[in-house]
Amino acid sequence: MTFSGWLTIILFVAILSALAMPLGTYMAKVYGGERVFLTAIFGWAERSLYKALHIDPAREQDWKSYAKSLLVFSLAGWLLLYAILRTQDAFFVPHALNPLAFHSAPWNVTFNTVSSFVTNTNWQFYSGETTMSYLSQMIGLTVQNWLSAGVGIVVAVALVRGIASRSGKSLGNFWQDLVRTILYVLAPISVIGALVLVSQGVIQNFANYLTAHTVTGLTQSIAMGPTASQLSIKMLGTNGGGFFNVNSAHPFENPTAFTNLFEMLLVLVIPAALVFMYGRMTGNRRQGYAIYGAMMVMFLGAVVVAYIAEAHGSPAQHAAGLNTHVIAGSGGGNMEGKEQRFGIAGSALFDVVTTVTSCGAVNSAIESFTGIGAAVPFANLSASETIFGGVGTGLYSILLYVLLAVFIGGLMVGRTPEWLGKKLEAKEIKLAGLGILITPLAALFATALAVATRAGRASISELGKGPQGFSESFYAYLSQANNNGSAFAGYTGFIQPNAGNVGSHGVTFADILGGLVMLFARYAPILFALAVAGALVGKRVTPAGLGTMRTDNPTFVVLLIGVIVLVGALTFFPALLLGPVVQGLTGHLY
Amino acid sequence: MRRDIVTSVIGIVVLTVLLGLVYPLVITGVSQVAFPGNANGQKVYVDGKLVGSKIIGQSFKTPVLDKNGKPKEEEEELVTEADPRYFQSRPSATEGGAYNAAASTFSNRGPNDKVTEEDDAENIKAYLELEKPYDPGLTTARIPVDAVNTSASALDPEISPANARIQAHRVAAKRQLSLGVVDDLVAKYTDSRGLGFSGEPGVNVLELNVALDRLSQGKT
Repeated sequence: MTFSGWLTIILFVAILSALAMPLGTYMAKVYGGERVFLTAIFGWAERSLYKALHIDPAREQDWKSYAKSLLVFSLAGWLLLYAILRTQDAFFVPHALNPLAFHSAPWNVTFNTVSSFVTNTNWQFYSGETTMSYLSQMIGLTVQNWLSAGVGIVVAVALVRGIASRSGKSLGNFWQDLVRTILYVLAPISVIGALVLVSQGVIQNFANYLTAHTVTGLTQSIAMGPTASQLSIKMLGTNGGGFFNVNSAHPFENPTAFTNLFEMLLVLVIPAALVFMYGRMTGNRRQGYAIYGAMMVMFLGAVVVAYIAEAHGSPAQHAAGLNTHVIAGSGGGNMEGKEQRFGIAGSALFDVVTTVTSCGAVNSAIESFTGIGAAVPFANLSASETIFGGVGTGLYSILLYVLLAVFIGGLMVGRTPEWLGKKLEAKEIKLAGLGILITPLAALFATALAVATRAGRASISELGKGPQGFSESFYAYLSQANNNGSAFAGYTGFIQPNAGNVGSHGVTFADILGGLVMLFARYAPILFALAVAGALVGKRVTPAGLGTMRTDNPTFVVLLIGVIVLVGALTFFPALLLGPVVQGLTGHLY
Repeated sequence: MRRDIVTSVIGIVVLTVLLGLVYPLVITGVSQVAFPGNANGQKVYVDGKLVGSKIIGQSFKTPVLDKNGKPKEEEEELVTEADPRYFQSRPSATEGGAYNAAASTFSNRGPNDKVTEEDDAENIKAYLELEKPYDPGLTTARIPVDAVNTSASALDPEISPANARIQAHRVAAKRQLSLGVVDDLVAKYTDSRGLGFSGEPGVNVLELNVALDRLSQGKT
């Protein structure tokens, strides 16, 4: 561990908080229908989109209507993306946009990929630079990076409206919220982000792959493509699907330690801002601060453990006789699967940032993390996106936990639980409970199926022996259930199609199971969150009395963390013991 | 319901055009005008020939020739050995030869895996064989981790300064340069931490090697 490593972590948190607060205020204005400075620029675009898309922004939707619009739109996106990816090498695709003439991936890989991008998961059973044409990356994957992010955010906005509403049934208008999210939130940041990234060395072109003749007489083929435009929204929308196979470890996708910081900020800025937005929209900013505090405590805990574990080095390194201490001119630590420019701190921090959220981008190989180091992303995923979480997903996930915490707190003091003046009754608790339990259920059920069947075990890599193989499988379904998309990348499920470009070959079982898990664990919690919003929206508000448990003070922060840790630990601890924990504690080589 | 379907169908098409065509093309246009070097991959030329990208690592090994003077192949991959006149990059896990920048990949070696230990041990042995004759004080404990662990992308363009300083002994001896001159070049091509505090300093191997060639040519 180094001083600069700790400084990176502290400054990152400070910069993030400073950026997220004003953005949260801004977003509260956007969704409240107030004028913002961008209204002058995008107002006409907003109105023309309403017109072109036959949207009546004045139409108010209850939760069922809101959910229906969301599902129909997602289905349309799914079908179009499937069509695009399966016709990648069709006659109407210009050669310049598929210069290596890549075939389409087979139906099973495509089913998985499409489900993955539409659900904001971006799990990848394919390798970008050996499977996808430039056109597929642009009009297929990039578009869903925007739209799946937008869908997540509007659900959170609808839930907050349901909580904050003083009367009526309306949660707003899905289409209006979506258009505003894209125009006023995602577009400006993504465009600026992409240009900043190019200015630091991320590529953005449509050239054919380069052929270099090295000074020692070898030839090197170098992949190209429109990377920055996809990368920017991939981070901002907590999508995480890499343009290249190794994602943000690729020098063209993350060229410097500065871009590493910048990309992490893009990932967390909206999830963090949404928490502040929640405070504003409920009319009590301290509500937002309390949730932010709970998230930040858990986030920092994860970063500290990951950094210490990775700086310590791995049992394999020590068995080989390597010295993993910091020495002059080298940061030491577990550098297997890590890039020199990021070092241990930059890799550990990035890993935590992208696994607490639903981003799942990686700048280092999680499969090569030490046992305890890898237990951190496992634990982050076990928290079901409550530590910042994906854009929108994070806020609606933690709000369900807040509801549960208020209920448990109410039980402890023996009063009817109230939340922001609204009495919580059996219906809301049931809905929130189901919303919370669906993701772990999907993850554990799928993992059990995958490790218990021969078809499931076919995906485990050659190197995945003993607990490592279990970790690969468990992580795969935990990640897909949380719509995260990071991986123990040995669990690929396809044969890397280097030579001759034959497209990727899927392991049908893993493709289908994973795809179904992603779809189920995305839309079921969304429906429960919207149903909770629907149940809360019409409730009468009663003023807080002496006996009301406050949800904006440190006591509640502790209670909330306790509930999240308890639910996560009770659900996942046995499975975690079998994988990363046993590796971290024993140091045994398999 | 019908309304939703109409809006969804038109919406997905319109948004695909806006976000999937207009947006990437605008970013490409601006990038190609404002940052053409970066946007096209920071190509490095020597005598007008493309030798690589500044930020994509590459192998500085040479093909081993068989008895007939042809490059030797095993399992359809070229057999190579380190060219001692050049700084060597980190181990790379790509298929189709090391540093295949058309197919980046993780090594995916586990922390508790015997294979990882064996690979580390093999890399340590090779590193000692290559460097120890020129840096007699070199021991396993002094080898920086980056020199024997594969990087994440398998395309890491950098090595640690400690790694470069060890290799400098060999490069200086092979090129008949003083160690001081080589160390100065190493310092020149060392990228410092991002913003002064973030990440680790690293030495850009391609830039350093190209500069060495220029220096050697200038001498002869």
